[in-house]
Amino acid sequence: MQLETLISQFQNKDEKAFEKLYHMYSDSIHGVIYNIVRDIDIADEVMQDVFIKAWNNANTYNPRKGRFFTWILNIARNAAIDKTRSKTFKNSSKNLNAEFFVDILQSTDDLDNKTDAIGLRNFVEKLAKTCIEIIELLYFKGYTQKEASETLDMPIGTIKTRNRNCIKTLREMLL
Amino acid sequence: MDINAYIASGILELYVAGRLSKKESLEVYELMLKHPEISKEVLEIEASIVKLTAATSQNESSKNLVKIKRQLHFNDSSSKVVSISKTRTNWLTYVGWAAALIIGAGFLWTINKNQQLESQITSTEIENAYLEKQIEDAKIDLAAKENLLNVLRDKDIISVPLGGQGDFANAYAKVYWNKADNNIYLDAQGLPDAPEGKVWQVWSLTLNPLTPTSLGTIDDFNSDENKIFNITNTNESQAFGITLEPDGGSASPTMEQLYTLGIVSQP
Repeated sequence: MQLETLISQFQNKDEKAFEKLYHMYSDSIHGVIYNIVRDIDIADEVMQDVFIKAWNNANTYNPRKGRFFTWILNIARNAAIDKTRSKTFKNSSKNLNAEFFVDILQSTDDLDNKTDAIGLRNFVEKLAKTCIEIIELLYFKGYTQKEASETLDMPIGTIKTRNRNCIKTLREMLL
Repeated sequence: MDINAYIASGILELYVAGRLSKKESLEVYELMLKHPEISKEVLEIEASIVKLTAATSQNESSKNLVKIKRQLHFNDSSSKVVSISKTRTNWLTYVGWAAALIIGAGFLWTINKNQQLESQITSTEIENAYLEKQIEDAKIDLAAKENLLNVLRDKDIISVPLGGQGDFANAYAKVYWNKADNNIYLDAQGLPDAPEGKVWQVWSLTLNPLTPTSLGTIDDFNSDENKIFNITNTNESQAFGITLEPDGGSASPTMEQLYTLGIVSQP
């Protein structure tokens, strides 16, 4: 079925369409949230909230503004970041600054059960450090081009072309 | 507009990241509708990001879905559940059957291809064997001819031409006689194939009085290629003759069927 059809069914409160979209994106969304909160239980909770929110606000999604995946990714990042700012989260004192998504790939044994995990691990080992940083900031953390440029001390245009090349390598690796 | 340059600029990667302005996003959206290349590019970028991010997840997706559905109060009455699971089963069944068909077809194709290749290999092997046989035959043939040449060049060889007789003036033959080893080589190329029921018979003759001695029949005359036959001859022959006799040969030559005759020239 066409993704567009599925999404419009979802917007019309079709529960089966919701489940299909959930199966398509929940791992990805969970991964992004986990990368921010670094706690599986909290990540579970935030992800549940994200999909509930998506269902309740389905009519606010507009394909002319961007991809459905991008839309739900945004909701997820915002929810995860909100969570890290909450009192309960701060009390649990997590060390969030030192690690990138690659550390999850490299440290988690469970990933052996995931498709492509081993290939990804190999890929990540080969991936230039700048690629890891750019992907981390733009996709996992949701930085703007400008924010990424400031963080990495790199011209804005360079972020754009570097990112293109990094994703190109990623595609060759994964698709 | 240069679509390739647009794709290469990296704008689509930022589009998927959700980091373009509203105006830019709308532009990408409209270009995707117009240009399949751009649409494909965006889908591939998105797919790679979905895969990468999913790989960092330890999502227990079914468990979490149950919780979500509970909170959303999705209709969990049994009839609905049945209808959902039924639909999914159907879908799975179709996909399963389709996959089975594709795999089956692929399998058959592979078997068929394999058989074709095997039969090709077999026929190539046969062809190879045939060519090897030909080479072998040619070698044997060459060796035989070299041997023959050596024989004919031997200094002890006496050459006896046999001329056509009577009605058979066109017939001819030659005998090469090695007295040292009691062998003659009969070159009978000038004789026609023996007709059905008949056979060529070679005679050794002494002249005074005329006494023929059979050297035997040439049973494989028609099938022999070079028409050179090696015959043992222990006689003190003064002449050689060839007659056409009934199958099995005769005790004495049928003179009407004497095709060729030649006298050994005395040294």
